[in-house]
Amino acid sequence: MTLGGLLLFGVVAISLGLWFPQRWRVSALAAVSTLALFALQPTVPIRHWDFWLPTLTLALTVCVWAAIRPLRPEPLRISPLAVSLFIFTFFILTLPRYLGPLCCLTRSRPPDIWFVALALIAIAALAYGLTRLNASPRALWVVLLLLLALFIVWKVEPLARGISAGLRALAGQDPSLAAASELRWLGFSYVAFRLLHTVRDRMTGKLPALTLTEFITYVIFFPTLTAGPIDRADRFIKDLRQSYALSAFTARDGGQRLALGLFKKFVLADSLAFFALNGVNATQATSPLWLWILLYAYAFRLYFDFSGYTDIALGLGQWLGFKLPENFDRPYLKPNLTAFWNSWHITLAQWFRAYFFNPFTRALRNSPRELPPALIIFLTQFSTMLLIGLWHSVTWNFVIWGAWHGVGLFIHNRYLDFMRPRLPLFDSRPRLKQAAHILGVLLTFHYVTLGWVWFALPDVTLAAKTFIRLWGI
Amino acid sequence: MSLRNLLLKTALLFMALNLVFAALDPLPFLGRLSLYNVLWPGRIRLPYGDNPDRAYNLSLFNLEAMFASHAVTRPKTPDEYRVLLLGDSSTWGFRLHPAETLAAQINAQNYVAPDGRRIVAYNLGYPIMSLTKDLLILSRLQAYRPDLIVWLVTLESFPYDKQLFPPLLQHNSPSLQSLITNYQLHLDPSDPQFIHESFFDKTLIGQRRALADLLRLQLYGVMWAATGIDQDIPTTFTPRAEDLSADLAFHNLQPPRLTANDLAFDILDAGAQIAGDTPLLLINEPMFVSTGKNSDIRYNAFYPRWAYDDYHALFADHAQARGWHYLDLWRALPDTEYTDSAVHYTPFGAQLLAKKVGEAIVKLAK
Repeated sequence: MTLGGLLLFGVVAISLGLWFPQRWRVSALAAVSTLALFALQPTVPIRHWDFWLPTLTLALTVCVWAAIRPLRPEPLRISPLAVSLFIFTFFILTLPRYLGPLCCLTRSRPPDIWFVALALIAIAALAYGLTRLNASPRALWVVLLLLLALFIVWKVEPLARGISAGLRALAGQDPSLAAASELRWLGFSYVAFRLLHTVRDRMTGKLPALTLTEFITYVIFFPTLTAGPIDRADRFIKDLRQSYALSAFTARDGGQRLALGLFKKFVLADSLAFFALNGVNATQATSPLWLWILLYAYAFRLYFDFSGYTDIALGLGQWLGFKLPENFDRPYLKPNLTAFWNSWHITLAQWFRAYFFNPFTRALRNSPRELPPALIIFLTQFSTMLLIGLWHSVTWNFVIWGAWHGVGLFIHNRYLDFMRPRLPLFDSRPRLKQAAHILGVLLTFHYVTLGWVWFALPDVTLAAKTFIRLWGI
Repeated sequence: MSLRNLLLKTALLFMALNLVFAALDPLPFLGRLSLYNVLWPGRIRLPYGDNPDRAYNLSLFNLEAMFASHAVTRPKTPDEYRVLLLGDSSTWGFRLHPAETLAAQINAQNYVAPDGRRIVAYNLGYPIMSLTKDLLILSRLQAYRPDLIVWLVTLESFPYDKQLFPPLLQHNSPSLQSLITNYQLHLDPSDPQFIHESFFDKTLIGQRRALADLLRLQLYGVMWAATGIDQDIPTTFTPRAEDLSADLAFHNLQPPRLTANDLAFDILDAGAQIAGDTPLLLINEPMFVSTGKNSDIRYNAFYPRWAYDDYHALFADHAQARGWHYLDLWRALPDTEYTDSAVHYTPFGAQLLAKKVGEAIVKLAK
């Protein structure tokens, strides 16, 4: 996202906070988020797909809402206002095709309005069909599995390349030029996880009743589109429904958070990007010492970039009356890997904890064949971290990165078990305790940083060579 | 504080900051602040780059910053005989790694001056063919205490229509205008090509690109130190043309004769004056001579034979008349040692040239 785009978002957020009447708030947020979804979508080389990908996001959102819509006390009906707003927003988005470029609403010329109208009818028909299923458990399972399948297909490179080739063929472009990387679907990783969360919570009865406009706003809330955080619908909806007007206090607080985010992202992260480790400079560094410097730069660049975006989202959220969840809590100052994962990409870790780690642990504990506790801990931690790795992309690099952290967490868990009876020794010796804390911070930071080698570099061979070169071998 | 006051104060503070910045014009001062030669080694050639992401180098217009990033700003040691090399892309080392450039190859020969000092050559070439650009750089060289200045030139740098077009010159108009006036050069100090900054251009907003360039130059220093790379050199390139067009014109000049008034010898004179007591060695740099189609009327893609032959004779006469140290190396390299242009040479070509230039330096150091 560019600095200009973010400033525009700031102006929009302040305007919405200042001037929009409460009764229009949800609709305005849904409309702005929809426009932002299209405006922020990166250019895709396949004709019109920088229009169809955000449309697909909206289609998924509407369909999932239709599948999970509450039935009691009475079926929640689709508001005519929401439908009108939805159609009107799409109409606005197709205008650049006929009126010439309208600022930056879409990346390229939108498709013919009749195709868009057909797509809207198809979405409406599909959504209507899903409402007829009345949110039956089986239907919800099917929706859940379909979402997961789509997520996996998009993340597995050969499959994504296959889709890209198919879409190219449909668009009359050369399929042999297809690449997985050209299907850049804005915020899909976050959108998919929000949708999965709502479906799962609907199954367990934890999801509050949401109108279609509220649901769209939750899934594609514009400050959180590009880099999260992955908020919970039950928490988000409380902020959305509260009465809100922007005050000077909130403006200052949100502004400070936004400024901090801009500084982290555009000054620190973008400066570190000049010499952060990447696939090119990993082979060019003349000594292991320089390689370490490039790796440190990558570690801090990643942190400032990601936490900067989070600060920006939180600041904009504050201006709009939302207290979005924190995603980072000084992760590189944590004395162990468990504490690191409680403070790095917190909302993603919490998502996996809630929807994979805890149920999997329960399942293993309750399995008829009794497993040793250490094995249960290893299996659950290792598989959770493996999945977190694969959430980024299904490649061997991310498998190794996930495994690196899974093993690290298990080792820390065993070490903690070993140390527990000896901890009182440290309580009586504060200096030793402090030294152990500092050592823990340094060890954890370097363990995490070495893991970034697999994260930063594009292929396993290069990452392995770089990993070895770091030790001067 | 009300929201209106908050926004108003923010806007006022931002405006004040811009006004103060425009009034102080701190870019030259900021350019002199450099991490090169402090945290990471100085660059061995002036910053220039078309592909910053791969070259870890960039083109900018702040001469202070360019010099501050160069190794020449290191203090001169008592045992150093300092030679500063001026010239175009061939001296700068287009398609050559830092260790392959002319200056580096001279240093690799470990020449020693008769008084026992080590001869250390510094590459102050810049990839633009314009004598005015050389003069602008030369005008700043005395600060670096040279024992000898070597100025490599070729005909392409001489025509008057080449003198003011480079953006580096257009963005340094005050310095250049004062050179034009002080040395009565045959150039117009109010030429429309000069860029004059308005007050708005001098504000923080107006100078954001220049400020970003300063920051980028410092940041690329890390990669320069880590990799020793300062130029993106693609493995493949289009070789210099062997077959030539039958064009007889040279710039806006037509055969049969080239006169001294057609070429900017006044800029060479100004350079000699600026060098003052520091010896100045002028070199007519090597060039490729084609044997292909139309080679009977042209030497290469740059020069028709009539123009180069006249320049050649005029330059030699001019240098002799003024008693300059002059070295004619136009055929110093075999034609196989040129790369993508008639004046860009291979690493081996640079090595051959370094021997000839090095020997001349040793002679002059006596």
